[in-house]
Amino acid sequence: MPDWLPALERRPAPSSVMRMAAPLLAALAITLTALLAFAALDLSPWSGLYTFFISPIASAYGVGEWLLKATPLALCALGLSIAFRANVWNIGAEGQFTAGAITGGGVALYLAPQLGGAGVPVMLFAGIAGGMLWAAIPAWLRTRFNTSEILTSLMLVYVAQLLLAWLMHGHWQDPQGFNYPQSRAFDDALILPLLADGQRATSAVWMTALLALATWVLVRWSYAGYRMWVGGEAPAAARYAGFSEARSVWLGMLISGGAAGLAGIAEVAGPIGRLQTSISPGYGFAAIIVAFVGRLHPLGVVLAALLMSLLYLGGEAAQLELGLPAAVTGIFQGLLLFYLLAADVFTHYRLRRPPVARPA
Amino acid sequence: MSGSYVIALISATVIAATPLVFAAVGELVAERAGVLNLGVEGMMLVGALAAFIVSTHSGSLLLGFAAGAGAGLALALLFALLTLTLQTNQVATGLALTLFGSGLSAVLGRPYAGHPGATMPVLFHFDAAVYLALAMVPFTAWVLNRTRVGLLIRAVGESPQTAHALGKAVQSLRYGAVGFGGLLSGLGGAYLSMAVTPMWVEGLTAGRGWIALALVVFSIWKPWRVLLGAWLFGGMTVLQLHAQALGLPVPGEFMSMLPYLATILVLVLICRNPRLLRLNQPASLGRPFHAEH
Amino acid sequence: MNDAALPRLQLRGITRRYGSVLANDGIDLTVMPGEIHALLGENGSGKSTLSRIICGLTRPDAGSIEWEGRDVAPLNPSRARALGIGMVFQHFALFESLTVAENIALSLQGSGREAELAARIKEVSTRYGLPLDPARLVASMSAGERQRVEIVRCLLQQPRLLILDEPTSVLSPAAIGVLFGALRQLAAEGLSILFISHKLDEVRALCARATVLRAGRVAGTPGPEAFDNASLLRLMLGAEPAACRLEPQSAGAPMLELEGYVLPSEDPFGIDLTDLSFAVHAGEIAGIAGISGHGQRELVAALAGETQRGQRGRLRIAGHDVTDLPVAARRAVGLALVPEERLGRGAVVSMSLAGNALLTGARHGLVRRGFIHHAATHAVAQRIISAFDVRTPGTRATAAQLSGGNLQKFIVGREIMLAPRVLVVAQPTWGVDVGAALRIRQSLIDLRTQGCGVLVISEDLEELFQICDRIAVIRDGRLSAFQSRAETSLQQIGQMMSAGAAVHA
Repeated sequence: MPDWLPALERRPAPSSVMRMAAPLLAALAITLTALLAFAALDLSPWSGLYTFFISPIASAYGVGEWLLKATPLALCALGLSIAFRANVWNIGAEGQFTAGAITGGGVALYLAPQLGGAGVPVMLFAGIAGGMLWAAIPAWLRTRFNTSEILTSLMLVYVAQLLLAWLMHGHWQDPQGFNYPQSRAFDDALILPLLADGQRATSAVWMTALLALATWVLVRWSYAGYRMWVGGEAPAAARYAGFSEARSVWLGMLISGGAAGLAGIAEVAGPIGRLQTSISPGYGFAAIIVAFVGRLHPLGVVLAALLMSLLYLGGEAAQLELGLPAAVTGIFQGLLLFYLLAADVFTHYRLRRPPVARPA
Repeated sequence: MSGSYVIALISATVIAATPLVFAAVGELVAERAGVLNLGVEGMMLVGALAAFIVSTHSGSLLLGFAAGAGAGLALALLFALLTLTLQTNQVATGLALTLFGSGLSAVLGRPYAGHPGATMPVLFHFDAAVYLALAMVPFTAWVLNRTRVGLLIRAVGESPQTAHALGKAVQSLRYGAVGFGGLLSGLGGAYLSMAVTPMWVEGLTAGRGWIALALVVFSIWKPWRVLLGAWLFGGMTVLQLHAQALGLPVPGEFMSMLPYLATILVLVLICRNPRLLRLNQPASLGRPFHAEH
Repeated sequence: MNDAALPRLQLRGITRRYGSVLANDGIDLTVMPGEIHALLGENGSGKSTLSRIICGLTRPDAGSIEWEGRDVAPLNPSRARALGIGMVFQHFALFESLTVAENIALSLQGSGREAELAARIKEVSTRYGLPLDPARLVASMSAGERQRVEIVRCLLQQPRLLILDEPTSVLSPAAIGVLFGALRQLAAEGLSILFISHKLDEVRALCARATVLRAGRVAGTPGPEAFDNASLLRLMLGAEPAACRLEPQSAGAPMLELEGYVLPSEDPFGIDLTDLSFAVHAGEIAGIAGISGHGQRELVAALAGETQRGQRGRLRIAGHDVTDLPVAARRAVGLALVPEERLGRGAVVSMSLAGNALLTGARHGLVRRGFIHHAATHAVAQRIISAFDVRTPGTRATAAQLSGGNLQKFIVGREIMLAPRVLVVAQPTWGVDVGAALRIRQSLIDLRTQGCGVLVISEDLEELFQICDRIAVIRDGRLSAFQSRAETSLQQIGQMMSAGAAVHA
């Protein structure tokens, strides 16, 4: 590095203040970026900011939408945070989300109506099982064939989406659907109850809260969570202590896959109400960012999911009111992670003090 | 099946493989220097869009390629700044780069969605870019194996600490390798939007960046094997387009799954042999390096 | 330039601080042309920091560096090289995936012809009695051969100052003789050599003057007139060190037994363990000596149960056949283990000491029904800290915050607290300061008194002769018969380490 650049020096121990401050700095930076972007587009920065971040949640309905979008993000990200802690790089939550929607949706369409009151839980478990199954493939390939789960889990996203498309164009297509690629609507009894009237968020919010609590217990109190964490921090230490790497991979993949599957079925049995080819605006990918921005901590993940959800809503509002494309959300998501990662440098490093002349 | 049909299939395969050759060869060089850039998909997308916009407005394919390469390079340098200078996690940063590139190309490309692009002049069945991609393979192999820069790249990829101790400019070299990867990813994207499709739609690359990453593993970090893998995948893409014509009774969705499933298969075949990986994978791949002063 | 009165290298007041530790505190050092100068000091006395400063890898906070009378600070690695400063590192700076010639080509300026370079490598290496094959892959070479590559690489750059950091730690006694011959020849040709060591005999055999470091400061610069072991030792340590005492004691039942144990290496560059048969009994310390890279690492992994694929033969711990049992089951019957790498294996760097206490302590009441008993982990960590005199701010400090010696005391303490029936310790005092080393050795002896079977795997022969009842030698993945300490000698074990390998190792 050239001499004129301030050199980084590793801190003796990671700074816990910076660990907490980094996500806040990133959120601040993203707001500043938004301001600059609005100014560059000749929009009033403040009204732009208002449109993007405030107006979407200024009504009860808006708050519902906020929770509605935060729910799948938080569900996926809570699972991923467990996997990432264990250095298990499941980046295919989008595929597991889709798989959960398919299995859960299949049960909703063809099995649950005969089950009466047991229909909803069976449907939800089918969704979880679908996500787990889809995540089990990369887990098996990693533990049995030493194949990196990064690429395999991602490839399976495309496969799951094509599988859903095939079903929607074929066997599961609604015969009365004017040939739209979608299934018939689920029975009303199978649609998850709303949190309150006049908005669309469902009881999946409670499931998310429960999962966040369970995640907290797992990472803070359980020996299983400890072993996974050691495996992620120092694989050699985990081998030395006799913590099975395969077990860690399986647990990480199954938990994150199951959570994504639950998000998937909750989405189709919630606001969507049926299966269709497009069921997610990239929740599974955005959840990766949510997990990081939330510092892989359950409470942080929930807060980060709310922030990310706001970015989605802001993107939609910007599309309607400012004429910006909804994909603006994607840019902000990427930037948010960049900012976080960059701010995180100062958790582990600090600027090196310039050498001080030593008094003789 | 007539002879000319077979030739058409083969040339379609070579064309479909070209973006993969570009992107995978570029990523291979970055990985040989020890940097894992998972942002290939994002760099390809932005490269594809930049090339499409510039070639549409200027009417010049050459300027289009230059724009694609430049856009890929710019994103790669952003990645390098984060991972090399600011020491961020390479996996997370690469993912962020792909998300960012997808979003950016979707926003900026909206006015161009669905427009047809210019067509390429053809020389012996293929346009010049195909030959350029083919030439990149022996060129990269030569640089890596026979030149001093190549030796430095391999050395840094094995152990940046050691290279630094020997007074080598690890950071500059890695910046260069990552930049080269971005340049080629951009070219791959450019070729996709200007020659293969040729048009712009959101998410045009459809996972080709990820397949390129898998091809690098398949190649066990050897340029010639990238070519082999790319043709294999190119062939699959073509097969999938021609399945109906060939009378294969398989639903289109399943044909479309083929490249993704094949990627998984190929990864498994290489990775199940740990000795093969140990002998060929750059030892410092994905690990951050910080020179203490 | 040829003015012999001008020192080749002169350091004045070199100071470097790491966090709260002053690694170098106002160090002066002078090396004359053609001199073999010793830099002597215990582990942790600041030798490595100083050598890194001289070759530009670390920047001092204060002080001046003069090269042949010119001020050359600040140095960086390439500038140091250009001046003619060459360094042979203790942990080699070689690329395993490259050949000897490629490794050497990398550190030479410009790109010479391959054939030409190969010829020069052969020429220089034979001239100094360190023969090398330029086309060989470094990965396939022994530690001794790698050192040769390093030295030849330095020589080809026509250095004016050669720094050797603990060069003999990887060499057999015969190979040390060859190295010293080459160094004397080089010094006679005008090369200055800075010989970093903590071994007094070697310094006395080779050097005319020494700079002795203690706790980051210069403790003295004795010439040959003061080169007796006693006075050098006093300078290094500040006081006569207390020695460990091993009281005679009869051994009990076998605690660790291997019978015809075979383990092929999974790593293409690793060592296969071949036909190991031995037993370690209750109430004895058995030692395994050997030159680095002869299968020690593999043996530790095999005993721990970390690698089992392809193994044959039997392995028993406290009478239980554990050959096919995983790590946890072996620990459950009474195995404890201190690995060679403290950071990232013996301890998780980013985790608190309490967290690290849990690493191997789960069975001892720290986990109940799958949940961590946090208060208990802190209590255990606190007990280890007080019982083994670990200097740390507390149980919440991370492993990264501890010095090497203190972390090693913590890890050894943690394993001893598990009340093992067999304790396997690899390199117990590597890179540990004198006080901590003494404490660790004494605790191993105490464990022996309590009837535990202890196996120490070490490259430090003097250490093995201080604390072991019986000693064997590992070479190329094979183990010699154990000999009682009284019936063998340092020289004999040294010869066994290198037998038949005098030319190659």
